[in-house]
Amino acid sequence: MAVASAPAHAEHGHGSTHSRIPINRMGIWLFFFSDALLFAMLAASRFYLTGTERPHELNQALGLGITSVLLLSSLTAYRAETAFEHGNVAHGRAMLLATILMGAAFAIGVGFEWSIAHWVPSDPFGTAFFSMTGMHALHVVSGVLFLIVVYVRAGKGHFPVGNTWAVTSMVMYWHFVDVVWVFFYPTLYLV
Amino acid sequence: MRPLINALVLGIAGFAFGAGATGLFRVAVLGREWWSTDLSWSMGYPFALIGWVMGIGGWKYWGRGWFGLPVAPYETTGWRRYLDWNIDHKVIGIQYIVTFVVIFLLSGLTVLLVRLELMRAGMQILTEDQYNAAMSFHGITMVAVAVAILLGGFGNYVVPLMLGARDMAFPNLNSLSYWLTPPVAVLLLIAVAMGGWDSGWTAYPPLSVVNKSGQTLFNLAVFTFGLVSILGGINFIVTIAYERAAGLTWGRLPIFVWGALSASLISFFFTQGFAAALLMVLFDRVLDTSFFDFKNEGSALLYEHVFWFYSHPAVYVMVLPGFAIILEILAHFSRKPLFAYRWVVGAFLGIVALSGVVWAHHMFTSGMADYLHAPFLVLTEMISIPTGIIFLAGLGTIWAGKLWLRTPMLFALSVLFNFTIGGITGIFLADVPTDLHLHDTYFVVAHFHYTIVGGEIFALMAAVYYWFPKITGRMYNETLGKLHFWIMFIGFQLVFIPMFEVGVQGMNRRVADYPAEYNGLNTWITLAALFLGSSFVFFAWNMAMSWVRGPIAEANPWHARTLEWQTSSPPPIHNFDEDPVITGNPYDYGQPRAAAHARLGAAPAAGDSA
Repeated sequence: MAVASAPAHAEHGHGSTHSRIPINRMGIWLFFFSDALLFAMLAASRFYLTGTERPHELNQALGLGITSVLLLSSLTAYRAETAFEHGNVAHGRAMLLATILMGAAFAIGVGFEWSIAHWVPSDPFGTAFFSMTGMHALHVVSGVLFLIVVYVRAGKGHFPVGNTWAVTSMVMYWHFVDVVWVFFYPTLYLV
Repeated sequence: MRPLINALVLGIAGFAFGAGATGLFRVAVLGREWWSTDLSWSMGYPFALIGWVMGIGGWKYWGRGWFGLPVAPYETTGWRRYLDWNIDHKVIGIQYIVTFVVIFLLSGLTVLLVRLELMRAGMQILTEDQYNAAMSFHGITMVAVAVAILLGGFGNYVVPLMLGARDMAFPNLNSLSYWLTPPVAVLLLIAVAMGGWDSGWTAYPPLSVVNKSGQTLFNLAVFTFGLVSILGGINFIVTIAYERAAGLTWGRLPIFVWGALSASLISFFFTQGFAAALLMVLFDRVLDTSFFDFKNEGSALLYEHVFWFYSHPAVYVMVLPGFAIILEILAHFSRKPLFAYRWVVGAFLGIVALSGVVWAHHMFTSGMADYLHAPFLVLTEMISIPTGIIFLAGLGTIWAGKLWLRTPMLFALSVLFNFTIGGITGIFLADVPTDLHLHDTYFVVAHFHYTIVGGEIFALMAAVYYWFPKITGRMYNETLGKLHFWIMFIGFQLVFIPMFEVGVQGMNRRVADYPAEYNGLNTWITLAALFLGSSFVFFAWNMAMSWVRGPIAEANPWHARTLEWQTSSPPPIHNFDEDPVITGNPYDYGQPRAAAHARLGAAPAAGDSA
């Protein structure tokens, strides 16, 4: 919620003399710290319940594949942010589209992983696996939905140079979701 | 009323959509019945919440902007603002205060029911299930009141005024935080109507996993309340960091702002612990995971770790703003500078840091590893150092001062008395050997009521009387206020001192029945509780009547130096007619050459000579 709120605030400032951008940035960073705690609790529970064990049936190729796609999507998201800041709307939108497609591909990959999983939610590893990937996928999907909103609005010319906070905030959120996975991937697939 | 009706209609539609889609999936794909109480509520409620927020004005005033559509202008006058989406922090503060005072009184009536049942051994007026429902409802609603009313209510109203700001940093987020609270109350009431839940406010598994469906509604409600707490905390931190008036350095901040900042740091960071714990219970109930199912290598201890990681720091979300308010009032009503201001700020931040490393003192008898006992004992007792500093600052402030014993001051002084008892009895619970005997007895109940009610709710009453003229523009009735104070103060001691004794004798808390040898003390406690409860009749009457027809209050009836008193009562829409400039410390009473705290435009502020 807090993430999605950020773009709107940039637009209706309430009469302060100073720029809204540092205020918005601080708000969104605090939200990341807070949300990170939720993910940290789930990751800690994984070790508490199952130690460092993991089933050998884990599909390592799929895990590495979706991780690579998500990491790459952070690069295109960064390119999109920079392009909008320089007024290159066409390139920015192309990069946003690439990010959206890769985010969707990641979510589909997780769904596929769920469908072929050798474990059920009531297993100790299944408990950790489904809750961690599920909570993360929820963040990915909501991120994709808001990226689509940004993509459509960018097409209508809503983000000229100097008014790109909506893009920036969504890209920050996307990086955050990516960083969470950087911790979750080794926690589930590599330990 | 239009926004409320819209919100209800959209909320019910959202629920029907979420629960309906889930039901369709179950029938068409899984071939099961369409309705499953736990799952249908879990899937219907998030959509109901979205519908509610959109209907109340989240879409009209705010959400449209996300999609590049024009948003509606806000109401700026009239009582309808209070039943609508409004971004004025003063409106939101009053919304919080009124909502939570109502919940507070409702929850107080519920506990009288509990006490009447406990008057004699055996079951008289409630069944065991009804007792559990009433006890659990009292627990969670009072926790919610304690967390939200000082920070959400008075924090919202007063902090921007003290900062010389026009509003909070994120006004729409602020409104969202408030409007997420009515669904919490509604959901908890529905849960009670469905037969309640048996696991108290702590929701320990394995009971909470196998408990009846009221538990699911409890989890959803409290998860939503966590969101309120987190979003509110973020808003306060950013506001205090960025919205201070010219000249308002960190060293000149009124102490209440520091209290609000410290509480916000805790609530934005730790609340996710409670959220995670509740989610895990929900996953175990609905999705068949086994976080806490020992048959599948789950562990109920995991819950206690995750849960107390938030829920111990939460008590500081409750009491830190309370401490800050009483220090504020002690200084103004003793006409003396706040003693050891910098040490108090250090103590607040020290409590924030320490609060995160003491949680396992709730688990000494839970079967966690023995090597954890000593470190958590030592760390817990270390908290008494910053708490002691705050306490000594209070004593130093009133020392040799000329005390002005109006109702707010009486309540502030009583906090010093109550918290001494609450603090000293805490030592016996932090020490492992004594805790092994006292754990889960009425000694614990008496201890935390002395800290939370004695430390925070008395401070809340101090705040209510202190800021009443500022918020309503009218003066409360002093006689009724003092009557409220003395009945509440004496009644409180009469209820909870005997509870220590009955706890030491070994009476278990939370249980509906008890051996007949505890009859005498319990009868006494129940009668005293009725006496304590009667004080709130005077409170409610005084507040309602004074708000409607009390005498008009001056802008600064207490002749206080802080910024919120330098504007009209109630303040204009953007708080100050001219942007204030801060030129001195807030508490320099009796200092002949001290600069005024604030200057509004060219005129010197009131309270200089005081």
